[in-house]
Amino acid sequence: MDIKILGSGCAKCKTLEKLTREVVEENGIDATITKVEDIMEIMKSGVMATPALVVDGKVLIKGRVPSADEIKQVLTK
Amino acid sequence: MDWKKLIKIALGIAIWFTLYHYLQPLTDLFINNILGLQQGRHWTETLRFLIFEVPKVLMLLILIIFFVGIIRSYFTPEKTRKALEGKSLFTGNVMAALLGIVTPFCSCSAIPLFLGFVEAGVPLGVTFSFLIAAPMINEVAVILLFGLFGWKVAAIYILTGLVIAIVSGWVIGWLKLEKYVEEWVYQLKSENEEDREERLSFGQRIDMGYVAVKEIVGKVWAYIVIGIAVGAAAHGYVPEKFMAQLMGQSTWYSVPLSILIGVPLYSNAAGIIPIVSVLIEKGVPLGTALAFMMAVIGLSLPEMIILKKVLKLPLILAFVGIVALGIMIVGFLFNFIF
Repeated sequence: MDIKILGSGCAKCKTLEKLTREVVEENGIDATITKVEDIMEIMKSGVMATPALVVDGKVLIKGRVPSADEIKQVLTK
Repeated sequence: MDWKKLIKIALGIAIWFTLYHYLQPLTDLFINNILGLQQGRHWTETLRFLIFEVPKVLMLLILIIFFVGIIRSYFTPEKTRKALEGKSLFTGNVMAALLGIVTPFCSCSAIPLFLGFVEAGVPLGVTFSFLIAAPMINEVAVILLFGLFGWKVAAIYILTGLVIAIVSGWVIGWLKLEKYVEEWVYQLKSENEEDREERLSFGQRIDMGYVAVKEIVGKVWAYIVIGIAVGAAAHGYVPEKFMAQLMGQSTWYSVPLSILIGVPLYSNAAGIIPIVSVLIEKGVPLGTALAFMMAVIGLSLPEMIILKKVLKLPLILAFVGIVALGIMIVGFLFNFIF
């Protein structure tokens, strides 16, 4: 699984990255997590509100920090 | 429907109103009977003010931010963009300023938002109306003004903020400053054309209300306590009319001066309110105090630096200049009326 966290380095983006890493580790999900900070890259995925969680090229969550449960649900679906 | 969550909220609201209603008698009970302090003494009354105001303002914040959080979940940047596409200039400015109030916004996503708007063909001036209204008219500022100075001041703040955002955006559009946007912005094309709208359940929206409360109140409560304490302390200890002489009505330059001081200062709404409350308390006219507040939270240096990535200097200067001018006119107007 290819997970990308889009966000230019604000507090919310860091929270989302941390949460996602925790969820992936706790549930033993096989995934690579990359943080995308480049604004051009972020715009390419059509996201207007950061942070965003992108899994295998699909924008699943944008503009908010979800709960750990929700991240787990989204990733294990 | 999520009954458990709804019942919890109903219960919470009932408790909230009961507490809020009895806040004054509870404060008096605490001060007079439990602490047994002598009524009318200067520092007794300072303490009473503090013990009453802090919970009052915090409670207002919690209640309103919770509901604003839920309401905001219905307004995404995507929907706002769609609403603004192809709108004629003036109507577009009015709508953008209004949507700026309800659309979730933080200055860290100012760039993606700006790019997204421009890419969709939202006119530059309309985009600016949004970018001016969004940070300036925020719920924390409005609630604090309401809690400390009453609904009239809060309403004046919202209205004048809207007018400044609408007119400034309109002027920027009229000046045709598009050439001062970095060229690459117009070449940008997102690959993700389909607009996938996230579908949220009502339960999730309620959760967003809780998240908003935790996040915002968690961030600003300390400022509020300090702010009200400073206000309470200044109540009797800073020489009366000291500020008034400095920024008073008689001196015409007080409004531009307070804006000049305000622009480079950067603070969130919660941090600035205590200063404003001291200013008003000490006889600074309302217009000057509001102008100062708008300059601090509406025009911020960090946001300019972020915007520098997509805008050339002349456009940034025009933006700051026009908004500062708008704030100045509002300041003069209120000093004149009140």
